[in-house]
Amino acid sequence: MLTTIAKRLVTVIPTLIGVVIVTFLLTRVLPGDPAAYFAGPAATADSIAEIRKTLGLDRPLPEQFVHYVSDLAHGNFGNSLSTGRPVSVEITSRLPASAELTLLGLILSLAIAVPLGILAAVKQGSWIDHTCRVVATAGVSLPVFFTGLLLVYAFYYLLGWAPAPVGRLDAFATAPPQITGFYLIDNLFAGDLETFRSALAQLILPAFTLAIFSLAPIARMTRASMLAVLASEFVRTARASGLNDRTVIITYAFRNAMLPVVTTLGMVFSFLLGANVLVEKVFAWPGIGSYAVEALLQSDFAPVQGFVLTMAVLYVALNFTIDILYSVIDPRVRLEG
Amino acid sequence: MTEIPLLDVRDLTVEFQTRRGIVKAVQHVDLTIAKGETVGIVGESGSGKSVTSYAVMRILDRAGRIADGSVMFTNLDLRNAAEDAMRDLRGREISMIFQNPRAALNPIRKVGRQIEDVLLQHVKAAPSEVTEKAVEILEQVRIARPRERYHAYPFELSGGMCQRVVIALALACQPQLLIADEPTTGLDVTTQKTVMELIVELTRARGMSTILITHDLGLAALYCDKIVVMEKGRVVEAAPSRAVFTAPEHPYTKKLMRATPRPGVSLRDLLPEGEAPTGATIAKLPTAEKAPLLVVEKLIKEYPRKGTQGLAGTLKKLTQQKPAPEPEVFRAVDGISFSVNRGESVGLVGESGCGKSTTSTMVMRLIDKTDGTILFDGEDIGAIPAKKFALLPLRRRIQMVFQDPTDSLNPRFTAARAIADPILRLGDLKGRDAIRARCEELARQVGLPVELLDRFPHQLSGGQKARVGIARAIALKPDLVILDEPTAALDVSVQAVVLNLLQELKDTLGMSYLFVSHDLNVVRLLCDRVIVMRAGKIVEEGATDRVLFSPEAAYTRDLLAAIPHPNFDKVPAAAARMATGS
Amino acid sequence: MTDTTATAPAPKPPSNSILSHARYVVSENLVTGFAFGLFALIALCALIGPYVVPYDPLASDTSASLQAPSLRHWFGTDQLGRDIFSRVVVATRLDFIIALSSVALVFVMGGFAGIAAGYFGGWTDRLVSRLADTIMAFPLFVLAMGIVAALGNTVTNIVIATAIINFPLYVRVARAEANVRRDSGFVMAARLSGNDDFRILLGHILPNIMPIMMVQISLTMGYAILNAAGLSFIGLGVKPPTPEWGIMVAEGATNIISGEWWIALFPGAALMLAVFCFNLLGDGLRDLVDPQRRT
Repeated sequence: MLTTIAKRLVTVIPTLIGVVIVTFLLTRVLPGDPAAYFAGPAATADSIAEIRKTLGLDRPLPEQFVHYVSDLAHGNFGNSLSTGRPVSVEITSRLPASAELTLLGLILSLAIAVPLGILAAVKQGSWIDHTCRVVATAGVSLPVFFTGLLLVYAFYYLLGWAPAPVGRLDAFATAPPQITGFYLIDNLFAGDLETFRSALAQLILPAFTLAIFSLAPIARMTRASMLAVLASEFVRTARASGLNDRTVIITYAFRNAMLPVVTTLGMVFSFLLGANVLVEKVFAWPGIGSYAVEALLQSDFAPVQGFVLTMAVLYVALNFTIDILYSVIDPRVRLEG
Repeated sequence: MTEIPLLDVRDLTVEFQTRRGIVKAVQHVDLTIAKGETVGIVGESGSGKSVTSYAVMRILDRAGRIADGSVMFTNLDLRNAAEDAMRDLRGREISMIFQNPRAALNPIRKVGRQIEDVLLQHVKAAPSEVTEKAVEILEQVRIARPRERYHAYPFELSGGMCQRVVIALALACQPQLLIADEPTTGLDVTTQKTVMELIVELTRARGMSTILITHDLGLAALYCDKIVVMEKGRVVEAAPSRAVFTAPEHPYTKKLMRATPRPGVSLRDLLPEGEAPTGATIAKLPTAEKAPLLVVEKLIKEYPRKGTQGLAGTLKKLTQQKPAPEPEVFRAVDGISFSVNRGESVGLVGESGCGKSTTSTMVMRLIDKTDGTILFDGEDIGAIPAKKFALLPLRRRIQMVFQDPTDSLNPRFTAARAIADPILRLGDLKGRDAIRARCEELARQVGLPVELLDRFPHQLSGGQKARVGIARAIALKPDLVILDEPTAALDVSVQAVVLNLLQELKDTLGMSYLFVSHDLNVVRLLCDRVIVMRAGKIVEEGATDRVLFSPEAAYTRDLLAAIPHPNFDKVPAAAARMATGS
Repeated sequence: MTDTTATAPAPKPPSNSILSHARYVVSENLVTGFAFGLFALIALCALIGPYVVPYDPLASDTSASLQAPSLRHWFGTDQLGRDIFSRVVVATRLDFIIALSSVALVFVMGGFAGIAAGYFGGWTDRLVSRLADTIMAFPLFVLAMGIVAALGNTVTNIVIATAIINFPLYVRVARAEANVRRDSGFVMAARLSGNDDFRILLGHILPNIMPIMMVQISLTMGYAILNAAGLSFIGLGVKPPTPEWGIMVAEGATNIISGEWWIALFPGAALMLAVFCFNLLGDGLRDLVDPQRRT
């Protein structure tokens, strides 16, 4: 098992190198003078020249790259123009908000999509099957920001069930002492049920928005995969041996069907991390997505670069975990690879 | 017989709901199996032999249903039984084994656990002793080191071993009836023999009844007491094996019997009486005594072993403690030499993995050799890289007929376009009309109705697709044609026709054949000389008659012995069994 | 698993021609027919929309602002008094062009890179796969954000960014399909017939993967529109006052909380309808192109 992990780690390294190179290049292909971008719209010619020197933008490209990498290694992502604070600090402080939202959305999504897909496959042609296909197609067609807005309109404005989309907590609540940064968990640790409820209420709509968005590919994949497995020869053998429905569907079919679904999760994560940005804007969520968007609108470039890099590294780590998960489930990969 | 039969099927009709309406796959089929009897159901594709047994087990597709008739298992009405009752019966009283053993096993579950699942389901063992029982059963199917193999996954086992596991699954609960649906198709002929003998031994020992579904009459006659012949969903003949094999009554059975390649018959004999081979007949050209057309000398093909290349491979080598046990390269073809004369038909025979396909692909110049020489008409074609060869005029002189007619036709080309492809690329004809005329001429030569030329492959039958492949191969009048198991995917009656066609074309056009096959009976019919390969080396070679009647090498003898050949001159099988009292 | 039909194939159909097959495909499946119809409607809006709308999409009339849908303004008006119906219809052309150009670009780049990688293997494969993997290392929308932020907010850059982020998907599909067919019998036969690699790629492999690529193309049209709309929503896309569905939803976002739902709803619904149509279209296009669907 350890050798599998080691082997996978080795393949991750070139990917990380690629990510670093691309993020480096992104800020160097800015039209015009990169220094002017980093100096900001209100800069004078002198401050631009100064920035150029400080950031080393007058040096040859390879030298800039070396500096860039060493900065990254020290955790230095530059400073935000608007707040003046180091980008790395701001990102780490806002990461838990995004993580909590995305995780909850994913869990909700899996909890709905996987059973739906399985049922749709097992009862092919029934109303569940048709619902599944409609949900899948609709979910894929709806823009995630539109879904969020619709949910806000329906549940906040019309029905009054959900709180105003103002962020992680309503105006009266205060954040719990920080342990993980996840409000739900921290509130439980602190024993503060009132704030826990408030945090949960704020989380529900945005999490559902993300869930609806990622529901579609997961349900579709689960259904297709289950259908394929249920028609396979080894399931036929299992049925011919008289194994009962539960064993056939769960022990034989489901475990095999999950393999392609696990691989799909990688793609789903890619969409989720992107959709995160949009959902944070709709619900005024103080995560790294909205951080980057605000910075963009103010032409504040260092946060954007830090954001892209962080998201990419996160994504690489997630894909790595999915790879490992896959080899745990599938002995063919474990023993042959 | 006064005893109630174990399985009594009467007037069974099975229908399928398809896009084109209702299709009757099985019509008015009667079938009886007595206790301890082995019955063979024989038929070609579309005969409904498999559907009948799926209906008995009630594991038909969603679109299928039993429309009429009755299925009685001793006193149980299987047709109308509840699903729960059927589930109880499956695996416990009636079991089934299928073709393609590796695909029949759950790929991510240990084989031992799979056997346990069946035992636990039918309560044949307590959870505390079920593992022991599973190991015991693995032993009974002759799997070496059963305790170790219990923990194996299907991909770690060979095809033959997988089939043993499947048999273990089927027999774990000691059922009364075993249905074996083409259990040996796809396996090597020597493995076929061991698997069939295992099945027979185990079923006889337990007094089980067996249904053996197969397309191979010889196999059925050898192992079964009674044979039921099916055609297009109906039973055309049902009689004791000896009668069916030695004195068939129904015309279809006669046709099948005649078409089955066996010792002592010639190609012409394969065809139904009174049918002459199709295609134009021209007088046979004399075989000139010139230098050999193809000479292969010390041909070697090596492949690097999986996992020794690239970054992963280097890592592996660095982290390994001892030196690697296996050499880094795998020799698919290990220094073979042979020749093919003009107008001759040479058979290249062996089981899977022996290197015959690799050899033929190298001779075709589709892949490059590692070492050795390939001389064609005096020219060293082995030295020309495969990529360049496609563009040389020499290309038109060596062509190939492929094994899988479906796979070897471009799904987007009509038959005419497929046949015209070599003419367009390498031929001299110009102009649409001239090429079309040539396509029609070729179609006539191979017996393909000219109206079918504008159809796509999925609109043609297996035999028709095979003809298109042959027409394409001979379009440029090549000197040497390599035939890679050209009839393996065809029904036996279609095979008879195609083999005759191939022989005729060879004589008419003066071609030489290199016939690659695993089927010795077919090789016997078409080839003048035969070469037997094993593990990349030539084991024996010589004139077909000599090699197949008095083989010198032990391996050739084993191969020949493995071919199912019922010998009804000796005491009939059923009588023999009764004598031994099993 | 069961061989239920007889061995003789169906009798020859009236004609194997493209037109009769097209008619068959559209009429056989209601959903396909509906999708093609919807597509025709969208294309129509894109083509003649700007010429037939009742109001000028850019004309603002503050006295008529924030009016709910009525007979005068079918979709209502926005904060600046602009007619939403006209804006939605005119926006069709922009979004349609963005979708079409990005898909065309990525199909050419990704498709060819993919089949070359799948067919030739070796260094071509390694290079193309490495490139695709590097792009795939980023969450795609985030990468699009980064690219547009770096290059600037123009339609061209949105098209380029969309093409880049969809590149790995096309490469992967094309490569897998080419790989499977590389070793198939008919490719070997084509080599025997004297076809060189180039001819095999273009004449044999590409036509066979077209059905699957068709599905990809229509799906990507949908993604491209969603992508452009998403970028516009966060301010990285088209600049106001250009009518574009995503921007219009953004403009209506704050109003939806105060109950003026029509500003965001209609452009959002248009978005959804268009993407929905493209998704459904995929299967129909595939059937149209695949000769095996001709009965």
